[in-house]
Amino acid sequence: MEMGMEIIDNGIRPDHQVIFDMIEPGARVLDLGCGAGDLLHLLAQDKEARVQGIELDEKAIYECVKKGLSVCQSDIESGLAEYPDGSFDYVILNQSLQEIRKVFFLLREALRVANQVIVGFPNFAYLNARLCLGFGGKAPMTPSLPYQWYDTPNVRFLSISDFRSFCAEKGFVVENARFLSGVKTITFWPNLRALGAIFLLSLKHDGGKVP
Amino acid sequence: MKAALKTESAETAPEEGKRTVGIVETQYYTFAEPPWTVALESGETLGPVTLAYETYGTLNREKSNAILVLHALSGDAHAAGFLRDEKVPGWWDAMIGPGKPFDTDRYFVICSNVIGGCKGSTGPSSVNPQSGKPYGTEFPFVTIADMVHVQRHLIDFLGIDRLLCVAGGSMGGMQALQWVASYPERVRSAIPIATALKHSPQQIAFNEVIRQSIMADPAWRDGNYYETGQPEKGLSVARMIGHITFMSDQSMEEKFSRKLKKGRLNFNFDADFEVEGYLRYRGANFVKRFDANSYLYITKAMDYFDLSGGKLINARAMDTRFLVISFKSDWLYPSYQSQEIVRQLKLNQVDATYCELKSTYGHDAFLVELEGQTTLIHHFLEKTYLGPRNGNGNGNHR
Repeated sequence: MEMGMEIIDNGIRPDHQVIFDMIEPGARVLDLGCGAGDLLHLLAQDKEARVQGIELDEKAIYECVKKGLSVCQSDIESGLAEYPDGSFDYVILNQSLQEIRKVFFLLREALRVANQVIVGFPNFAYLNARLCLGFGGKAPMTPSLPYQWYDTPNVRFLSISDFRSFCAEKGFVVENARFLSGVKTITFWPNLRALGAIFLLSLKHDGGKVP
Repeated sequence: MKAALKTESAETAPEEGKRTVGIVETQYYTFAEPPWTVALESGETLGPVTLAYETYGTLNREKSNAILVLHALSGDAHAAGFLRDEKVPGWWDAMIGPGKPFDTDRYFVICSNVIGGCKGSTGPSSVNPQSGKPYGTEFPFVTIADMVHVQRHLIDFLGIDRLLCVAGGSMGGMQALQWVASYPERVRSAIPIATALKHSPQQIAFNEVIRQSIMADPAWRDGNYYETGQPEKGLSVARMIGHITFMSDQSMEEKFSRKLKKGRLNFNFDADFEVEGYLRYRGANFVKRFDANSYLYITKAMDYFDLSGGKLINARAMDTRFLVISFKSDWLYPSYQSQEIVRQLKLNQVDATYCELKSTYGHDAFLVELEGQTTLIHHFLEKTYLGPRNGNGNGNHR
């Protein structure tokens, strides 16, 4: 997959591009915390996905509706309960995992309503974050963790390695994982070098099926 | 019947910054004339049936741009523009007109009065052809489903196969939901606002107090008051109760606070406070324009309405889109009731958008020109009208 300048040229956020590439055309997609709906709009337009968003912010919901998207106002943690099993092909949980309290419950719920879940989160073990804490002696601030300790919405601080261990322990199968450093994806030493990661999870590993 | 589908739109109110649909005229459609009747949910029949309605904008060649707007408890067919010689526009003029969310440059907007009402449609104050006198309490009980059933006859008469949208607030929202439940294939989208799948005991309780206040007035005379004059005191109190429930604590504080009408306490039972004066004024005004029996019948229809427990979605493959709106300060139809509608839609995987709008106006908010409501309805309708290609995919990759 070509990454790099192309992403900047087409104006798509690099994490959105990675997620976009993971999703099969014509899929049913639910985005938890869809914001202004840029990613869902892209998926509806270019992949003919049937998309639905969940978002709390009223202004963001207006933006979604302007794009023709369907979005229900709810917080992420209670928004899944009513969906029947297997309602979607994918649930997206991008850049909000670190703000969730009931992480295991939410991922298990997501894997109930969808066959696959795409999780994107900032990497707390990124080199600069380590330097910040290890040598600076201060709570890390990086491009993917841009908050001061006193105003961060984050309640979970995890690394890529932490998340892999968590998935192994809870029986979530990692179907695919991509690591981002700025606009580029990297493969080498991601836990040290990546600002963020995007995991594609499922419950059962069915052979060589990689989207 | 071509003429019936047109409205005069040349004249506009000069004092208004925004364009209106101009001078409009209420029209009437009568059907179920002998030997025909309409079968009602109660098992009784009604006929002939007249519906008062208005239309704004022009029906396109494909007949794909028709929107049915549904009114609340005391509403009528006059939703937009000005009736000749009247200075007050229709009840949803803020939302219906050229360039407004229900854009009459683009859509053909229909507003139909309900049966049981007193605004030109058949109701308890209409003459019973059997007796030659007003029905009074001889009028059969009607339900929201009956109201929608007769509206369907109107939509058939107008030659419209599939409505682009059914939309309304409060009891209008109930009718919108009932349209989806009764005729899902005839509705492309629905906008239920500040409404519920069923009344809660609290809502029934308010309606019961409203009915009791009418029936406690000796002038009600078991509903046979058409020669003696209507129970004005009872109906006025009934409407006062209604107005309290339509506002919020905050909107009443902002509007009245504890302001005194005469700047001092009177030490008698006149209206000391502005809020008292307001309620008395609203009550007194209401009796001039609304029939007490209609108020009894329609509140009962609202209390009987119940699409909970899976009765909303009857079609297996539903492609009706929903925009569900509630208001934060609405304690008469609280947001949890709208969220219950959304829950049913999610359970049935129906395409749904839901937003609780910040407003201090209470239940009245849907009638007010709210920026959020305007934005949501404008864009939702536009995307529905332009088709799925401009919005959502099919999700049929498997």
